[in-house]
Order: sequence, then C-alpha cells, then structure tokens
Amino acid sequence: MRLLVSLISGLLFGIGLTISDMINPARVTGFLDLAGAWDPSAAFVFAGALTFSGLAFFLAKRRSAPLLDDRFHFTAKARIDRPLVIGSILFGLGWGLSGFCPGPVLAALTSFQGNVAIFALAMFAGMTIFRFLPARNVVKDDN
Amino acid sequence: MHDLSPLWPLAGGALIGIAAGVLLLFNGRIAGISDLAAKATGLADEGFRLPGLVFVIGLIGGAFVASTLIRKPEIVLSGSTLQIVVAGLLVGFGARLGSGCTSGHGVCGMARLSRRSIAATMIFMGTAFVTVFVTRHVFGGM
Repeated sequence: MRLLVSLISGLLFGIGLTISDMINPARVTGFLDLAGAWDPSAAFVFAGALTFSGLAFFLAKRRSAPLLDDRFHFTAKARIDRPLVIGSILFGLGWGLSGFCPGPVLAALTSFQGNVAIFALAMFAGMTIFRFLPARNVVKDDN
Repeated sequence: MHDLSPLWPLAGGALIGIAAGVLLLFNGRIAGISDLAAKATGLADEGFRLPGLVFVIGLIGGAFVASTLIRKPEIVLSGSTLQIVVAGLLVGFGARLGSGCTSGHGVCGMARLSRRSIAATMIFMGTAFVTVFVTRHVFGGM
C-alpha cells in the first residue's frame, strides 16, 4: 500500500512540476533574475505548494502517526550546522548556474535532451562523491 | 520564452503541495527529491530503498503524462557543457551535504516550520539570486 502511495505522490509531483513550468530551467532562472526581466512564476508555485503542504503538516501535528505507518519519519537533527550551511550554498550556486534542481531535472529527462541528461549524470556524480567522501562522520539519522 | 498565466504555476504548485501532503499523511515521509533520488539509485547512506525508486518512476511518469496530455513545456537549459556539468555536481553534492533541496527544505521543511529548513532555504535562495545576478549582469549573460 505504501508503495502505491509513493507512486501516486510521485505522479502528482511530476505533473505539478510540468504544468507549473518548473520543469523549464529558463523559467526558474527568470525568477532568480531579480535585476532582469523578473518572472514571478516560481513564487506562485511556492505559494501554491506551501498552502497544501502547510495544511498537511498542520493536520499531521495533530496525529501521533500517519495512516499507513506507525510513526512519522522526520530527522532528529535540530541545529543549523556547518554541513547545512555549506551544502545550501553549494546547492544554491549550482541551482543559480542552471535553473535546475533534482525534481525538475528528473522530470525534464522526458524531453530526451542531451544536455539535460548531462546535468542529471553530473548531479548523480555529485551525490556519489558525497556518498563516498572519506572521513565523513556518518551520523546515523534515526529517520 | 512566453509569458505564463499565473494559473499554471499556482495549479502546479498546488499539486506539488498535495503530493507532499499525501506522502506525509499516508507514509509519514518527507517528499525531498534529493533524498528520494539518492534512495532510488542506492546513493543514500542507508543504500537503495524501493519506495524512493517507485516515487522517482512516478515523478518521471507524471511528467511524461502531463507533457503529453495537458501541457507540453519548453525545456531550455543554457550554458556550456562545462557549466552544466559543474552546476550538476554542485546541485547533487550540495543537496546531499545540506540534507535537502527546494522540495525537502523549501516545500516540506518550511511547512513544518523547521529552523534548519528555513535557514537552508534562505541560504540557497540568496545564493541562487546572487549567482544569477553575477553571471547575467556582472559577467554579462552566462
């Protein structure tokens, strides 16, 4: 059952990314270009998304468990630590340079464009580098 | 690139929020794509997780269905191959180091009022704004 939910959630997410045009990196960099011809679309996307995710978390707080599992799976981390800050800076750099982040690029693979595939491969390479970094304290997150 | 009626971003955003809500209220999980993509490809610390792969398949499938039946998007990725590769590496590494991206921190974490996510979102948004400013208006259109 939970796998079906994952599938449905993914489907809705992919449809949302596509019809909102967040799948188009040029639309996103238009939003990020404050000094240029500013495109507010991404702001509307966040507004629409946060309305419903906000409602969902509001409802979730009132429950001790979700419907199909015995507990919620949230990170135990609470501190704003160095990896969070540095990771966010690096992510923001890459996002600003391309207009792509993980969700949209996966959705955009449906366009069969070579440069999109190159970005996706590089992104997974970046994840792999992180995964196999020596001397990384893998603090098991009770997630 | 043509102007887009705000109805599309609002509707698409609503679907994204609903998708996150569904995953949360049924499975108790955060819809963070960087995390789910890592789990789908066995790159998470906990290795491969089937729900992650199923979600990613759904995402790609949903994008395909939407672009075929609802609205075919233009997908314009500019920049040299080098720039694209560097950007991809940064996004992949940065999202993992920072424990999330626009969906995990921006859509879910902020909705949860997580201090970490609010901080992360402000930092990556600010960095992205500056990056675009520098590449477009200082170095003239990268």
